[in-house]
Amino acid sequence: MTETTAPVAFPQSRTCPYHPPAAYAPLRTERPLTRITLFDGREAWLVTGHATARALLADPRLSSDRDRPGFPATTVRFTGFRNRRTALLGVDDPEHRAQRRMVVGDFTLKRAAELRPRIQRIVDERLDAMIAQGPPADLVNAFALPVPSMVICALLGVSYGDHDFFEAQSRRLLRGPEAADVLDARDRLEAYFGELIDRKRENPGTGLLDDLVQRQLRDGEIDREGLIALALILLVAGHETTANMISLGTFTLLRHPERLAELRADPGLVPAAVEELMRLLSIADGLLRTAVEDIEVAGTTIRAGDGVVFATSVINRDETVYADPDTLDWNRPARHHVAFGFGIHQCLGQNLARAELEIALRTLFERLPTLRLAAPAEEIPFKPGDTIQGMLELPVTW
Amino acid sequence: MHIDIDKDVCIGAGQCALTAPDVFTQDDDGYSTLLPGRADGGDSPLLREAARACPVSAITVSHTVG
Repeated sequence: MTETTAPVAFPQSRTCPYHPPAAYAPLRTERPLTRITLFDGREAWLVTGHATARALLADPRLSSDRDRPGFPATTVRFTGFRNRRTALLGVDDPEHRAQRRMVVGDFTLKRAAELRPRIQRIVDERLDAMIAQGPPADLVNAFALPVPSMVICALLGVSYGDHDFFEAQSRRLLRGPEAADVLDARDRLEAYFGELIDRKRENPGTGLLDDLVQRQLRDGEIDREGLIALALILLVAGHETTANMISLGTFTLLRHPERLAELRADPGLVPAAVEELMRLLSIADGLLRTAVEDIEVAGTTIRAGDGVVFATSVINRDETVYADPDTLDWNRPARHHVAFGFGIHQCLGQNLARAELEIALRTLFERLPTLRLAAPAEEIPFKPGDTIQGMLELPVTW
Repeated sequence: MHIDIDKDVCIGAGQCALTAPDVFTQDDDGYSTLLPGRADGGDSPLLREAARACPVSAITVSHTVG
């Protein structure tokens, strides 16, 4: 009899914040599909191959509905999402399509381009303030978090004056630590948006939420509860993810001085660098689905009811697609990475995120050519493996 | 070349317009559309890359016969 070893536990925390955990090494030799053990002892499929990931992420037989019994929750905190409406990323078509249709016109390339001067102004102001108070500084609190927070507030029509509240609640929503934190944070954010929507009904402003209240709520396209859920996801997804990319992207660049020098010498490389950083860092490392029908793939069968997890950090380092995948290379075609997801749920805000990252990283290193870490790299804390990846703090000096 | 965009499938991710901005754009609702005069894709070398970048395979590029 042969002994079978237990599948690798997923997720695990990274040892270096810009590389997948060392414990994922066996997963990288098992493409395109393998088995993992989740926190609660259940097993699920883990997709590790690039082509298979693209095919499955676009497959309507995989559901994003978090209430399905087979949904592969990766932390106990996910119980906090059960039986609640998670707009966009927690719903399937046709409901998902109807929700996305209401907002997609506000997240086009053209809209992102129109927002660039405003993003530049926000970036300049935050750097002015950070430079006036430093050095040193914690780049997370002084720059990486406030920039996307201010941008999404301006876009949605939310007062940035409330940022301490919604940033703290977003943190609890995404990181707990307890399931009760997630539920409580969600209650508080829902109450906040309920009041905000009611105020906007009386006194409409000029943001996206004001438009949604005027167009969709009045026309009956969406109800108050649905609009609250949509507003919540736009705000949380709109600032946390980009903040993590700015902090972790900056850390990664400071750890790769030759690559950083190339960017400084040729700012035209910045868009390619943003794409390559998205690929290498893969901060949303674990996209979750449940099979609703049997799916034949790669010589095996995913059964209806099985959980399916996409390890973006492993998929985006598939060496059949990306040569020497663990290195940063501005000249590689990083296009076709799945860091923004793939299929109908591919990130709604990706064009805005690209604009923010390009402007934030380019301006940061232009304004502060001597920027460097103010603590030993290995002592700087970053986020655990069961949430969006990023730096908890980033002490810098210049 | 013949380019077909399935607007019932398009999600407005903008990947086609990002990849081949000389062929594709997004309409006011956010959905993919061809730039005026680019119904045949011109001779853009990025046409097939743009189709491949589409997360929902809404774009089909085919050789026109004859």
